[in-house]
Amino acid sequence: MVEKVLMKGNEAIGEAALRAGCRYYFAYPITPQSELPEFMARELPKRGGVFLQAESEIASVNMVYGAAACGARAMTSSSSPGFSLKQEGISYLAAAELPCLLVNVQRGGPGLGTILPGQADYFQATKGGGHGDYRLLVLAPDSVQEMYDFTLLGFALADQYRMPALLLADGALGQMMEAVKLEGEPKPAPDKPWAVAGRRGREKLNVVQTLALDRDELEAHNRALQDKYALVRRNEVRYEALQTEDADLVLVAYGISARVAKSAMAKARAKGLKVGVFRPITLFPFPEEALFALAKQTNAFLVAEMSCGQMLEDVERVTCCQKPVHFYGRTGGHLTNVEELLERIEQIMAGKAVR
Amino acid sequence: MGEKLYAITEGLQDTPMHYCPGCHHGVIHRLVAEVITEMGLLDKTILVEPVGCSVFAHNYFKVDAVQAAHGRAPAVATGVKRVRPDAVVFTYQGDGDLAAIGCAEIVHAAMRGERFTTIFVNNAIYGMTGGQMAPTTLEGQVTTTSPDGRKVSHAGAPIRMPEMLATLDGAKYAARVAVNTPANIKKAKAAIKEAFSCQLRGDGFSIVEVLSACPTGWGMTPVAADQFIGERMVQRFPLGVIKAEVEADGT
Ligand SMILES: Cc1ncc(C[n+]2csc(CCOP(=O)(O)OP(=O)(O)O)c2C)c(N)n1
Ligand code: SF4
Repeated sequence: MVEKVLMKGNEAIGEAALRAGCRYYFAYPITPQSELPEFMARELPKRGGVFLQAESEIASVNMVYGAAACGARAMTSSSSPGFSLKQEGISYLAAAELPCLLVNVQRGGPGLGTILPGQADYFQATKGGGHGDYRLLVLAPDSVQEMYDFTLLGFALADQYRMPALLLADGALGQMMEAVKLEGEPKPAPDKPWAVAGRRGREKLNVVQTLALDRDELEAHNRALQDKYALVRRNEVRYEALQTEDADLVLVAYGISARVAKSAMAKARAKGLKVGVFRPITLFPFPEEALFALAKQTNAFLVAEMSCGQMLEDVERVTCCQKPVHFYGRTGGHLTNVEELLERIEQIMAGKAVR
Repeated sequence: MGEKLYAITEGLQDTPMHYCPGCHHGVIHRLVAEVITEMGLLDKTILVEPVGCSVFAHNYFKVDAVQAAHGRAPAVATGVKRVRPDAVVFTYQGDGDLAAIGCAEIVHAAMRGERFTTIFVNNAIYGMTGGQMAPTTLEGQVTTTSPDGRKVSHAGAPIRMPEMLATLDGAKYAARVAVNTPANIKKAKAAIKEAFSCQLRGDGFSIVEVLSACPTGWGMTPVAADQFIGERMVQRFPLGVIKAEVEADGT
């Protein structure tokens, strides 16, 4: 029997990180993710690990950089304003091809915004929030169970592709309590012959660096990164499609908004409306082909997210104007709402929706 | 017979350096490499290098290295040392890197008593970006961003980092040295050795500031630059050991 334990989303991330063999966690407090560093502060020392509260998010992400350069499974987490501060370090992590797990438990922005849940960091997460041409492997859970599962998966994929993985959650998932099955064997970390250790008899020096003053050298590095991202696009697309086969209208939503979409779908179906839900699980790689194919068979899309329309741009981009793409968004603190969403569904299906 | 001050050391790679004529970065590299080699630490040392003229230090030192973002070397070194407590870790940082953009990182690494060593190269200017004012630029000193000389009323007075860091309990060794004369080079080497010894004992954070010539940024000949250090810089930045605490239970 697999244990089922009631826990908060933020703690589920911590529990999975421990199981994944993460022994180095660098923190800076911010609501609504503080349960995670607090959990790690309690649990890591018991397992011979290091929990360190840094002076800032800039420092904590650079500590991850140092730990990952040594080949350790390391992680840091924050919420929107703090995650913005980590962007410099994330660009360097991507450039140096250092595997690690990053967590953003989003709240509402811009600026200090609100401590309540938000989903307005989608652009930052998927388009490269720091400078330069780079991508993160972005996983978007929609339950406490997935907070756990995708933490395990994130460490494994980060090591496999030598790139940072980002768990993009939100304050609602972070605070929510659900039963979690503590299962799934983490992939052990592979050998990392490139890691710095001090030479220890090794003839070759190991150097982790990102400077390429020679433009041809830099271009070659960029091309190699892009080849890797192409491979990730080919192999790692994940999504969930519910009742999309016969759907006249497909709701597209990720994270907490996907749960709202699923409820709205059930209510719409009860009214005889053929509605489906498409939930991107990987935001990078975005499920482009599946959505493109869906555009051929459905009549319209309705994107629902807690922002003024960020993932919306990707849905428009990949469906290539084949079908109308409608939008329903609320901003930080206001969860997308089942009744409002249902109202939009009914308007659209009655042909009354203004886009 | 004169003392041999410039012996070739195993700690450096056999390659020409890119530094300008009269620049002290090369001398400082050699001293650090000699100390690491003589202490038998070459095989377990990790360098965390900065952004600045010494951004290519990994091409010269014969040790594993991590290049940090500008100013973040102390945070990166913290991550490195926490994962590899048995390694000898040092950051090598300029004054723009350490005293301006990375000021928070160095202060908190010192506060935590991180067990690494910092070699702080103070040349009173931003060398790599073309000679702009640094937090350590002397009063009245002309740079490309203080064309009329640094005015204290406008830009404040030059910061003394080791003195400031020495106020923190976690900092166990802090010294300032120069490498503009053979006698000073000898003292500099002794201080660097002390700093690494402090790390090996596990006492806490250690830092050596080295006053360093930037003839290019200063618009001086190498000889004039050495004199500038001896006559002007040492007045604001006095040489000597600022703090040397040996923990009673140090092994
Ligand atoms: C975030 C960021 N800001 C600015 C720069 C540009 N930059 C490169 S080196 C440097 C200052 C170097 O001066 P210093 O640390 O004193 O070292 P030196 O070159 O004099 O040895 C600056 C501002 C950068 N690389 N990154
Ligand atoms: S610019 Fe100054 S610090 Fe940089 S290499 Fe030249 S002399 Fe040295």
